[in-house]
Amino acid sequence: MARQLDVECPPALETAPVVAPAGTGLRRWWRRFARNRGAVFGLVVLVLIVVASVFAPVLAPYDPLAQGVGPTLSGPSRAHWAGTDSFGRDMLSRIIFGARIALIVGVVSVVIAMIIGVSLGLAAGYYGGWLDAVVMRVMDGLFAFPIIILAIAMMAIMGFGVTNVIIAVAVGFIAPFARVTRADVLAVKEEPYIEAARLAGVSAPAIIARHVLPNVLAPIIVQAALRVSGAIITESGLSFLGLGPPPPTPVWGSMIAEGRNFIVMAPHVSTFPGIALMLAIVGLNLLGDGLRDTLDPRLRR
Amino acid sequence: MSALLEVDGLVKHFPLARGPLARLTGADRRVLRAVDGVSFTIAPGETLGLVGESGCGKTTTGRLVLRAIEPTGGRIRFEGEDITALAGGALLPFRRKAQIVFQDPYTSLNPRMPIGRIVGEPIQVHRLAPRPDIPARVTALLEMVGLQREHAERYPHELSGGQRQRVGIARALAVSPRLVVADEAVSALDVSVRAQILNLLVELREKLGLAFLFVSHDLGVIRFVSHRVAVMYLGRLVEVASTADLFRSPLHPYTQALLAAIPTIGDGSASIFDQPGRLIEGELPSPIDLPRGCRFVSRCPHRMARCHEVEPPLAPAASGHVVACHLYENGHDEQGGPA
Amino acid sequence: MSAEILLDVRNLTVEFELDGTRLRAVDDVSFALRRGEIVGLVGESGAGKSLTSEAILRLIACPPGRVSGEVRFRGEDLLALDERALSRIRGKEIAMIFQNPGGSLNPVFRVGDQLHEAMALHLPGGRRTLRARAAEILTRVGIPSAATRAREYPHQFSGGMAQRVMIGMGMSCSPSLLIADEPTTALDVTIQAQVLALIRRLARESGAAVLLVSHDLGIISQMCDRVIVMYAGRVVEEAAIATVFHAPAHPYTRALVDCVPGAAGYTRLGTIGGVVPGLRALPPGCRFHPRCPVAAPRCSAENPTLRALADGHRVACHLAGDGLPVRRPA
Repeated sequence: MARQLDVECPPALETAPVVAPAGTGLRRWWRRFARNRGAVFGLVVLVLIVVASVFAPVLAPYDPLAQGVGPTLSGPSRAHWAGTDSFGRDMLSRIIFGARIALIVGVVSVVIAMIIGVSLGLAAGYYGGWLDAVVMRVMDGLFAFPIIILAIAMMAIMGFGVTNVIIAVAVGFIAPFARVTRADVLAVKEEPYIEAARLAGVSAPAIIARHVLPNVLAPIIVQAALRVSGAIITESGLSFLGLGPPPPTPVWGSMIAEGRNFIVMAPHVSTFPGIALMLAIVGLNLLGDGLRDTLDPRLRR
Repeated sequence: MSALLEVDGLVKHFPLARGPLARLTGADRRVLRAVDGVSFTIAPGETLGLVGESGCGKTTTGRLVLRAIEPTGGRIRFEGEDITALAGGALLPFRRKAQIVFQDPYTSLNPRMPIGRIVGEPIQVHRLAPRPDIPARVTALLEMVGLQREHAERYPHELSGGQRQRVGIARALAVSPRLVVADEAVSALDVSVRAQILNLLVELREKLGLAFLFVSHDLGVIRFVSHRVAVMYLGRLVEVASTADLFRSPLHPYTQALLAAIPTIGDGSASIFDQPGRLIEGELPSPIDLPRGCRFVSRCPHRMARCHEVEPPLAPAASGHVVACHLYENGHDEQGGPA
Repeated sequence: MSAEILLDVRNLTVEFELDGTRLRAVDDVSFALRRGEIVGLVGESGAGKSLTSEAILRLIACPPGRVSGEVRFRGEDLLALDERALSRIRGKEIAMIFQNPGGSLNPVFRVGDQLHEAMALHLPGGRRTLRARAAEILTRVGIPSAATRAREYPHQFSGGMAQRVMIGMGMSCSPSLLIADEPTTALDVTIQAQVLALIRRLARESGAAVLLVSHDLGIISQMCDRVIVMYAGRVVEEAAIATVFHAPAHPYTRALVDCVPGAAGYTRLGTIGGVVPGLRALPPGCRFHPRCPVAAPRCSAENPTLRALADGHRVACHLAGDGLPVRRPA
């Protein structure tokens, strides 16, 4: 028979907590995020846009609406780093103020779409049944429209202006949020800890809020980052078509449109806002990709 | 002593096809008979081990007992009250008295919730203590399962598998239940950690007078932790007896085959894998199209003509020992003694 | 006279680069296998047993892994071979079966075709010969109506049947070494028994050696002639079956055996306090010392090397053989 080892192990050892000082999670995430240079670039772009928007009155060398502060259609010079447009307005100031509109439209519309879309996705995914069927069919309908067409249609009904652009874009983005949320909710719903909560007597709304939502947040955040760039592009597209905020409001899209007529003799009028727009889009997309790579638990380890 | 849990003729069928088209073609009549008429009782403080291989319906039975899913038929009585048809809010008082410990420590805790909140949530839901007192209760529970107060601020991914399982146990005990369903609660753990948790469960059982429905495929674990054992095969019970009786003299051919197939740490005699006569051949028949008669007939080394025709009922063969097998009908053993 | 040494693993080390840190999952592992032996590699999770078996056949992706040491198969170092030479050995001389048979079989090809393909890589003979041999193999591993079943797809096979197919595939080229990594963990008890009995029978019949990796001490006890016990990446003990289970020398082995229900009767269950250390937080000296009931000061300072206690019995412990305390506490 085995010679038993009967000396008992000191009980304190039995449950020594795993060595993991609180906060390394965040720092480790940052290290992984920082390794993705595109994502860091995107973050820098976002910060620049935010700073430009917030401090626009301070940063802009001229009043964006003031005409004749410089010669018309003059190229980049020491006085006007980005040149002037056909009304003699300083391009750089207009571009900086344009960032403000882009940011506001981008963020607000996405936030509205997120709140509505995520709520619908949570309900449809968790409760299933006819609620799921109805909601998703409506979402499918929304998906069928390219967002620009949808926005144009809504603006035709509601009229122009920043607020209406925001609403139009928001409506267009509800469906993707709902779908992304629902997909993850369906997966999370099957996890044992959800069943544990149910068996503990937790009510369905409480389960959704406390257990489901925190665990589906990651893809939603990624969606949000990616959609902000989509919102900005849509808004620019709309204002390019003349459907955005009316002139003389400085908006990148309409600035590009204005410069169309002078594309040969004064390309800077279209080009510089175009570059600003491109940087914003690319940057935000890279940021979204970077967030996805670091937040997606499946890719981890 | 009145039973804590009484299960009578419990049935759960899963339809294989759903929807209006299936109803038209009659395809929804094909069912998966996961649990097909199961009856047993659990006395207060007793541990009933429910053992069987995959597809036998033991996990589903555990879920039915907790009313996590709705039975297709049969009765469940808890503390004398019929809970079979209850739903929603009416089940809340029952939820306080019966809890579950899951198999997988890695998915049974919300990864985004700190341990303290995980354990405290049931207390909050059932209003068992005023809000400011909950942290103290949580600490007491954590210490009871062998963790420390500091663990309350951690997240599940910072804990090992064994520690997470302890958290799961603490959560189950938070409401001071009378019955705990342990669904393969130690199967996903390493050998040494498994031993720790098993010892803990036994210790808690003594201290708190808990009854357990211990579902497992591991007979060694079942033997260590159960007072009585029920063996399931393809949705039905084939044998129920006290642990000692079941392992000393297993009556049903399936139980015998199961025991013969477990590799235990040998005593130096010939390996069980060198004695093919001891091991049964064949595979599990499909649970959808069950044969008439005894469900074990396709693999039973002692099958008789009767076995193909008539399904044997669960009947007493000795004191406190029931078997569903034609060999033991009429109260005597046609086999001439247990193999 | 003992049979020739078939596999000689020397100082095998497997490291990984993760997030900038280098982690050593298998640390200086050495052991040998002889012809016809069934050797068990046992340990809990994190012991490195699966990695060891994968490293032998160079199945570990490098980078991020890094494998060093020697794995001599019939004298040749597998770690130094080029891919062509290695592929002649893999599947033919050394076969491996894994835990999940479903994952090893391609769902879009018929089972018979996969078996045939495995053999065509290594064995001479035309299609007809090999097809006949495929059917023969399926019968030999206990699959009834082999010819019909060979034309079926993997999803039509149950777990046990699929594993039999894998065993058949593994043994089809008559390897001299079969590595089985947790082959029955996903199977029911009664099916597990059938599959293990099959492995044992085929091994004995063909004289192949088997390296059986498992965490289940019961299986190891019933299947193996010799056992290698691993803990946190190192070998802590190696001995014949009877010795390991009834007179183990390493405190971990003793405690581990004691943890299995049935080892000490069914009323007491031994435990090992604490948890297996993670790779980032390995203790200095002997890796088991924080959990060891008889740890001495020397244990935290110095890593014990594997030394021979008796013939065929090696232990990595400073205190083994010096009469460990067996006092029963009050």
